[in-house]
Amino acid sequence: MAAPTMESTGSSTTPTQTITIAKGLNNALRNAMERDPKVLVMGEDVGKLGGVFRVTDGLQKDFGEHRVLDTPLAESGIIGTAIGLAMRGFRPVCEIQFDGFIFPGFDQIVSQLSKMHYRSQGKVKVPLVIRVPFGGGIGAVEHHSESPESLFAHVAGLKVVSCSNPVDAYWMLQQAIDSDDPVLFFEPKRRYWEKAELDPTAEHLPLVSSAVLRTGSDVTVATYGPMVKTCMDAATAAEEDGNDVEVVDLRSLSPLDLGPVAESVRRTGRLVVVSESPPESSVTSEVATRIQQECFYSLEAPVLRVNGFDTPYPPSKLEEGYLPDLDRVLDAVDRSLAY
Amino acid sequence: MSPEHWTRPSRPDDRDRLADTAVPAATSATPTREQVIAGLRATSEGGADLVQLLTPEGQRVSHPDFDIDITDEQLRGMYRDMVLVRRADREGNALQRQGQLGIWVPLLGQEAAQIGAGRAMRPQDMAFPSYREHGVAWCRGIDPTELLGIFRGTDHGSWDPNETGMSLYTIVIGNQCVNATGYAMGQKFEGKVGNSGDDPASNEATMVFFGDGATSQGDVHEGMVWASVYDAPVVFFCQNNQWAISEPTERQSRVPLYERAKGYGFPGIRVDGNDVLATLAVSQWAMNEARQGNGPLLIEAFTYRMDAHTTSDDATRYRLDDELEAWKLKDPIERLRAHLLREELADQEFFDRVDSEADELAARFREFCVNMPEPPPERMFSAVYAEESPVVAAQREDYLNYLAGFADSGHDTEGSVR
Repeated sequence: MAAPTMESTGSSTTPTQTITIAKGLNNALRNAMERDPKVLVMGEDVGKLGGVFRVTDGLQKDFGEHRVLDTPLAESGIIGTAIGLAMRGFRPVCEIQFDGFIFPGFDQIVSQLSKMHYRSQGKVKVPLVIRVPFGGGIGAVEHHSESPESLFAHVAGLKVVSCSNPVDAYWMLQQAIDSDDPVLFFEPKRRYWEKAELDPTAEHLPLVSSAVLRTGSDVTVATYGPMVKTCMDAATAAEEDGNDVEVVDLRSLSPLDLGPVAESVRRTGRLVVVSESPPESSVTSEVATRIQQECFYSLEAPVLRVNGFDTPYPPSKLEEGYLPDLDRVLDAVDRSLAY
Repeated sequence: MSPEHWTRPSRPDDRDRLADTAVPAATSATPTREQVIAGLRATSEGGADLVQLLTPEGQRVSHPDFDIDITDEQLRGMYRDMVLVRRADREGNALQRQGQLGIWVPLLGQEAAQIGAGRAMRPQDMAFPSYREHGVAWCRGIDPTELLGIFRGTDHGSWDPNETGMSLYTIVIGNQCVNATGYAMGQKFEGKVGNSGDDPASNEATMVFFGDGATSQGDVHEGMVWASVYDAPVVFFCQNNQWAISEPTERQSRVPLYERAKGYGFPGIRVDGNDVLATLAVSQWAMNEARQGNGPLLIEAFTYRMDAHTTSDDATRYRLDDELEAWKLKDPIERLRAHLLREELADQEFFDRVDSEADELAARFREFCVNMPEPPPERMFSAVYAEESPVVAAQREDYLNYLAGFADSGHDTEGSVR
């Protein structure tokens, strides 16, 4: 697969600034809304409150109630009406308040959103973005810490992406809004306040592309979303043991861009795939299968995975054990090297 | 006694009155014979609130709230509409029986409901159908042959929703109600509603079609909630054809369906769905209200599914022949025909001409059906995304190469790209 090409930047002249993921997303929404009057934001508490994570903070004040809609509390209604608005030519960005609340909207996503383009053979476009804060580690009650991205990656007709840092948050959300396809946009909620430097004039990757964040020669680690930071920390720690770990941020989960992963594995001969979600039939299964097929003769060890478990998300006093952490990633790296 | 009475928990003072006519509560798994008969009685009535402008005998009657100004030519036009869509519908059934279609979804009996509603729409309005709306499609200018691909399995819907003002058929029950509401919100956000100034004729509204069974779906509820809080210009057009496959309307609701609108804070009207005049009058009124910014509204078109749910269904397993016979007396086409004859608004030559036009349509419909090309295998992979997915592209290439492998071995590869 050809290396992704860098996209040129927009016309923004804002100087480099330090932003959080939440702020990157907020700026992305603001830019998209300024550029295109058809872009709408809709969801529960996204208006006056600015969203429970404040990602939509200030947007209703600046763009009005007809562009930032505090909706009734029903996810099928949010997504279903957004589909109708998209059919009318709008570009709605829906916020689902928490990962575990998306399921009342699952029918609309799977039965209508994902299939309309195919059903109509391209006559109907549904440029709709569904933002989903996902993942655990925030000590929450049930339904607030889940990682349901694989369910959506399994559905043909949807793009599924996840940002891991403020810069990607800023660019990827704008690209998702510009896409004529429906995009499930998974945001690592426990990383919302992580900071990075954003240069809005810098080059950036296309939406459907993975990125090598750290080069290494011994083991490849492929991951996405909230686990990127965990894996980067693990790679730093592995250095002390003399292990050189390469980290790839998958960014797009459907379609996957596995070119950079395969290229890396051909050099390292070893792959560890990491996510918070339960392992069975997940994005990590897909990565493991396809890399095994593409890189069979390069592999020095079986592809290993580090995930949550095939249990419902546990009570928060147990989540520290459920969530992959630095030690579990390092353990997998060691097992791969020892094979 | 109507089902809305006998499914309601009895009040103390009802007990004596109900004692000798009591029908078991509608909570058992299958309705008893008594319940079916009670339902039969209820469905043949429709209640005091039913808006009717033509009696089943074709006599024009007045209604205190609804009237219609209609030319003789428009009346004849609606007769023609109904005869033609029924003919295409009957051909659809026959083509399924002959193995030319995988399935057909008959509209038999619902012609007046659909033509009355469809003819109340303007070109700029938008229709969101379920899957039985062949009559609405006709009114939107969609040729009946364009419906065939769905049932023959060559496509999932062939018409262009933007050009025709009708979305593609929606098979998951009730889904379209929220989509339609969102579309109507868009019409309003774009300022296409409530314009009284230069060009009120440019106002728009949306009409969404669903059945009595769908009213139990959350999406119908959510559509009505959204429509009401955003004042969306949408008309919810419920064809209560009395049956959701095998389940009678009393399995879906304790109250008459049109009364549900009250709970959402907008008007609900029950119209005789076998009376094309009344359906047109009520639909025109409702669409005009919606276009003027007074939406949403609910219309319950009280009608009857005279055929099975689909060609795969056997309606004799769950309903009485008597019920069908009772409804045949209220046939929507016969009713208008009787009116045209009674008022001398059409002569025999007119009826003959419509019949021969129906014959021509039927022949063209059959001809088109049996000659539809098989979709080539690469069609399976087309337009999954607006921006092509490398994953799908790779699968297409692999599959076509796999098929091409058979060409080398002399296998029949007709239909493949190579």
